[in-house]
Amino acid sequence: MPALAQALVLGALIGALYGLAAAGLSLVFGVLKVLNVAHGELIMLGGYAAFWLFALFGLDPFLSLLLVVPLMAILGLVLYGGLFRFIVRLGEETRIKNSLLVGFGLALTLHALAVRLFTADERSITTSYGSRPLVLGGVVIPLGRLLSLAVALALVALLHGFLQRARWGRAIRATAEDWEAALLLGIDVRRAYVLAFALGTALAGAAGSLVSVGYSISPAIGLEWTLKALIVIVLAGLGSVFGTFVAGVVLGCAEGLSATVFGGPYREVVGLLLFFCVLAARPEGLFGRP
Amino acid sequence: MPIWGRDQSRGCRGVLEVRQIDAAYGELRALTRVSVRVEPAEIVALVGSNGAGKTTLLRCIAGLVPVRGGRVLWDEEDLGALLPHQVVERGVALVPEGRRLFGRMTVEENLALGAFGRRAREGRAAMLERIYAIFPRLAERRRQRAGTLSGGEQQMVAIGRALMTRPRLLMLDEPSLGLAPRIVEAMLGVLTEVHRAGVAVFLVEQNVRAALGLAHRAYLLEHGAVVGEGRGADLLADPGVRRAYLGPLALLG
Repeated sequence: MPALAQALVLGALIGALYGLAAAGLSLVFGVLKVLNVAHGELIMLGGYAAFWLFALFGLDPFLSLLLVVPLMAILGLVLYGGLFRFIVRLGEETRIKNSLLVGFGLALTLHALAVRLFTADERSITTSYGSRPLVLGGVVIPLGRLLSLAVALALVALLHGFLQRARWGRAIRATAEDWEAALLLGIDVRRAYVLAFALGTALAGAAGSLVSVGYSISPAIGLEWTLKALIVIVLAGLGSVFGTFVAGVVLGCAEGLSATVFGGPYREVVGLLLFFCVLAARPEGLFGRP
Repeated sequence: MPIWGRDQSRGCRGVLEVRQIDAAYGELRALTRVSVRVEPAEIVALVGSNGAGKTTLLRCIAGLVPVRGGRVLWDEEDLGALLPHQVVERGVALVPEGRRLFGRMTVEENLALGAFGRRAREGRAAMLERIYAIFPRLAERRRQRAGTLSGGEQQMVAIGRALMTRPRLLMLDEPSLGLAPRIVEAMLGVLTEVHRAGVAVFLVEQNVRAALGLAHRAYLLEHGAVVGEGRGADLLADPGVRRAYLGPLALLG
């Protein structure tokens, strides 16, 4: 039993990061109707930003979020202006296909660039407190990962609050539901697109920072994170930020449990099984609205 | 005191003049040299059979469909040079066909989004109260998701949302589509009230009898061209119009 509890806790901790990764991708997909398969590479870049700020300047990874997040938002603006701006002009059917092409191209480019600049080595940030364990009833919780979960939850709550209350948050939700109706109310949907993309990229950067704290990063992690985020989006459905976060935690827990019960190699299998079951039973996702 | 309409801040009157416009979807011609004029605080109807180009004309004015030739002038300004959200900011609003509400949002969120633009934001609270006074049903359901409302209630939200943009010209595309006759009557009554508050109304309606009865003037559109124009009551009395739009039995009544 304690082994299962331990697996559940560790699963929930990584799951929170799945949730955060998926929240950014889901926002971009829901608003722009563009699937950015380079989302994982953006997470990777965020991770390296935190890593180098730590390695070169000794900046604490939780503190450096204050730098990494705005930097990644700016990168989001650049990527939107240089690439995705041209895709959102297309009709909705051709948009997805073209975004896949552009996304894969971007992913490969960023991957190669990262190998060139940072080498293919795995890196991670080791803080003095990061691996200090917190023991609760026989279950060990690494402090760094717990902090990461808290930050991820806080960011998701901030995003939720922004989308619900802020003027442009509402405009982004309106654009996601019906961009033409949004236009007819005086909303500049191009601005909603830019904003959503920059936010999505910033969230990817934050997720990457947190990954580099409790886990490890390398130029090759992008694809895996994109896939995790996609699975979470399908589990959660579109349109609910907290739902996405919870679905991430569910996936993390399911992976952790299956790794303990069936052995490590089955980790991914159970996640994918879950994915198929939800798709078959509730195609709109656990928290999505049909 | 006009709460909406007659926004004096720009000192403009609100004359819509569509001059000889052409529009097309790819190779498919939709409008040919169409000219239409809507004076301030006038109710003008646009009638014609399905596929005549009525929706296209409204969408051209709103900036959703590019104008190929001719000009769309609003107080001498060329709307063709503007983006749709800028047209709204000038005081020209469109209630699109099919209502197009944000179904996942509440009634109040839908209405509040109508006041998104800079010009509409100022009088937002007063405007919202005004809308609730016209549609008391919406006040009762302000926290309800728009997608769960009945068709008539959804149309009220769609009209209310467009009024929240503080238009001086309100364009409506088939507002009575799919509604029960009693509700249609109430809806058209609201348009009279809107007009009385100083807003011009440009109405596309398949319920020709109701539309012509309500409108001061009307245009007949066929195959993308204006084929007739006149006072609403005159057109309603015209045998040709009656035969074409009201069905053969209308001649007897």
